[in-house]
Amino acid sequence: MKGSMFSRRHLLIGSSALTASAIFSTKVMSAAPPASPITPALIEAAKKEGKVVWYTSVDLPLAEKIAKAFEAKFPGVAVRVERSGAERVFQRIGQEYASNIHACDVVNSSDAAHSIVWKKGNLLEAYVPEDVAKFYPAEHKDPDGMFASFRIWVSIIAYNTNLVKKEEAPKSFADLLDPKWKGKIVKAHPGYSGTIMTATYQMQRDLGWEFFEKLAAQNIMQVQSSADPPKRLALGERAVMADGNEYNIFEISEKGGPVAPVYAKEGSPLIVGPTAMFKAAPNPNAAKLFCNYSFSPECQQLIIDVGGLRSVHPQTKDKPGRTPFKDIKTMKDDPAAVEKMSDEIKQHYSKIFKV
Amino acid sequence: MTLAIPAAPAPRTFGIDVSKPVLYGVAAVLVILIVLPLSWLFVYSLTDGKGSLTLANFYRLFTESAFREPLITTFIIATSSAFICCAVAAPMGWLVARTDLPFGSMIRALVTASFVTPPFLGAIAWEVLAAPNSGLLNKIFRSLTGAEQDQHLFNIYTLPGIIFVISCYTFPYVFVLVANSLDRTPGELEDASSILGGGRWYTARRITIPLVLPALLAGALVAFLQAMTLFGSPAILALPAGFHTMTTKIWSLFQYPPKPELAAAASLPLLVLTVILLRAEHMILGRRGYSVVGGKYGAPRLIPLYRMRWVAFVLCMLVLMLPVFLPYAALLNAAFSPVATTFLTWHNATLHNIQFVLFDLSAASLALKNTVILGTATATIGTVIAVVIAYVTARQAVAGWRVLGFLATAPIAIPGIVLGVGLFLSYTRPPFVLYGTLWILLIAFVTIALPSAYQQLQAAFRTIHPELEDASRILGATRLRSLWEITAPLLRTGVIATWCFIFVGVMRELSAAIILFTSETKVISVLIYDLNESGDLGAIAVIGIGMLLITFAVVTAVNRIPGFGTVRFRT
Repeated sequence: MKGSMFSRRHLLIGSSALTASAIFSTKVMSAAPPASPITPALIEAAKKEGKVVWYTSVDLPLAEKIAKAFEAKFPGVAVRVERSGAERVFQRIGQEYASNIHACDVVNSSDAAHSIVWKKGNLLEAYVPEDVAKFYPAEHKDPDGMFASFRIWVSIIAYNTNLVKKEEAPKSFADLLDPKWKGKIVKAHPGYSGTIMTATYQMQRDLGWEFFEKLAAQNIMQVQSSADPPKRLALGERAVMADGNEYNIFEISEKGGPVAPVYAKEGSPLIVGPTAMFKAAPNPNAAKLFCNYSFSPECQQLIIDVGGLRSVHPQTKDKPGRTPFKDIKTMKDDPAAVEKMSDEIKQHYSKIFKV
Repeated sequence: MTLAIPAAPAPRTFGIDVSKPVLYGVAAVLVILIVLPLSWLFVYSLTDGKGSLTLANFYRLFTESAFREPLITTFIIATSSAFICCAVAAPMGWLVARTDLPFGSMIRALVTASFVTPPFLGAIAWEVLAAPNSGLLNKIFRSLTGAEQDQHLFNIYTLPGIIFVISCYTFPYVFVLVANSLDRTPGELEDASSILGGGRWYTARRITIPLVLPALLAGALVAFLQAMTLFGSPAILALPAGFHTMTTKIWSLFQYPPKPELAAAASLPLLVLTVILLRAEHMILGRRGYSVVGGKYGAPRLIPLYRMRWVAFVLCMLVLMLPVFLPYAALLNAAFSPVATTFLTWHNATLHNIQFVLFDLSAASLALKNTVILGTATATIGTVIAVVIAYVTARQAVAGWRVLGFLATAPIAIPGIVLGVGLFLSYTRPPFVLYGTLWILLIAFVTIALPSAYQQLQAAFRTIHPELEDASRILGATRLRSLWEITAPLLRTGVIATWCFIFVGVMRELSAAIILFTSETKVISVLIYDLNESGDLGAIAVIGIGMLLITFAVVTAVNRIPGFGTVRFRT
């Protein structure tokens, strides 16, 4: 057994080999389970369990708002938010599962590659909320019904409007390499944040690692969460962020904070955050109810209005004043490639940035 | 905190039958607590991922700059912090203990306040104060001097910044050791020097300072070890600046994909260095043992400072601004202002952060519950074990007491993060799968708390003459009854002090917890660390202030139990 708890990706592959027949049979059927609506029986069963544990990497205040909205709609089912960076969440779940601890009901990661790994490891429950079945485009749901895109956003450049005039703000990633930004840039870490892991993959693919090498020479301030660079901008600690959540910039600027987004000429990395529930969920009914709620127009509109995120639910409306998603030039996302490259990206990154 | 085992009067035999099982039982518990994690640490450090024997981990450790640089950085931080702590705390301890400095007890209380403040909380508060652009102190500097926006007075995200913050929360150890040692040093020796014609300063130089040197040395060592093994402060301040210390490096080896073999190998230099330093201290102190020879002596004479009294007082208060007043002012500012680094005014004050922590933060209640449970359980169990061992060693009640004393002090050589790694490797496998329960954290915290608890209680036992117990037993009381009626009441103050000390220690602990927690067993310190990583400074400020209030409430409550005296922290 020695060491097995750590080589989890291998362990998962091993266990999926053991249960190959099970996977094979689902592959053969190659169909998601039927759509599940919210029924009074489901609500009743969820209330009996009384709580749901949600591991997520959504910025904490937003995650707690979603939790509170759920609790208001379904009194008697408390949500406990376990919020950390997606890469930490991934490690935590891996470490816990290796020790046979099944604490997580529903997970929402900002690194879409994680769902692929969990699915391969046969850890996810096939469950398709009614809204997902009816309204979600095929490219935003797993064919086997194990996960769907809960939220979409971009990792962007942004600046503090007190420290930088609009016309002087960087327009592209290349602009960030101008010597005038030396010591003035903050960025987040791909070893912590799934957003930044995904963004780093797309940027090294499109811009090359040389871009990061030059960026490292700019004496950047290295924070962890992709929610943190916007907050550092709002504090006035740094003038420009090289990466970070678009949704935090909306949230801060719409409250009057001195930050403004920039959509880089090269394209902004596209981030997709799928939600899934675990087979071994300790509160399976509450987990299903929470999944249903997550993909409902109500919750999806909430994450747009309050959170500044984007939704693929066709019944939602963009909030006026924000650049519509279709007008943003994005880089192409590729979770499968991120899954293959994630260790390499982390290593390469820490070689360049020293941490 | 020393490894010294007291030289004591000739062994006395009591011939009580329960003694042996107690000895063996306690010894077995200690062996499991200490030996098991360390063994796994050694095994892992010498194997590769597949379990075959190799030295590759150590080879990488000493050849790759990714490991060498943190090792050097850690050494610089630890040495400088130890030096600064001694340079600041020793004169302060002397001023408080030996001069007519005004408000000496208030200064002692403020040092206690800086000791109670978790170092990671202090580091976050100093981010708010001295981040180069948004730091409150730099904002004041710019508004006073009209300096440009990108000029700054302080930058906390630098090596000197980290050394400064670590020193702020390490100097209490040196202060307490020096002040307590001076409190205990006999005044007669100084009187003798004066009678023989030695001037005041001559006496200080030739008598007082040599007498206090062992304590100063011990203090320097403790400060060095603390600075070397801290995780929170470097993680909060060094990572943004783009460098690692050994503790943050070890922790990063636990991030996905985890490399426990390398983490174990990287832990061992910390362990070896600690053991070497403790041995060195023991050797030096062993030779200076004459300095604490007891006997009845009068209270030391206070040196009058005349007009310098107030200068000295102001200097002490200026020093204490750094770990106490400024950080808590910054936390209060962050708790009530809309943005952590905006100055609080009547108009912008908000209760938003308090509301968020109290009503929205769903992880807070569980973390608070876990912390209080662990704090209470660790303090109680740790105190009981320490009392038993201290009694056995102080009274030499059973053969083999030296072993017990050694085992109880041994964990001092294990840095928290190393213990965390060792316990993780030990208790994620059968037969003891404790990972994911509060037990593994309890084991970690008890192990970490044991050495200082044991030493405090041993000192307390030494002040109680065995004759009192003997008299009781001669008059017909059983051993247990004389313990209960004679020894226990005399020990109460010491026991309460130890209990509080351990409780505070649990609130401060991050380096072992950060390796061992799961979502169900999160503690407040880990929650604060989480919040820091996502930049939620307002919530941290509220929790930090709440944490301090809880600590003071618990310490006050325990102190107020009728019949107990008030208590000062000792290390």
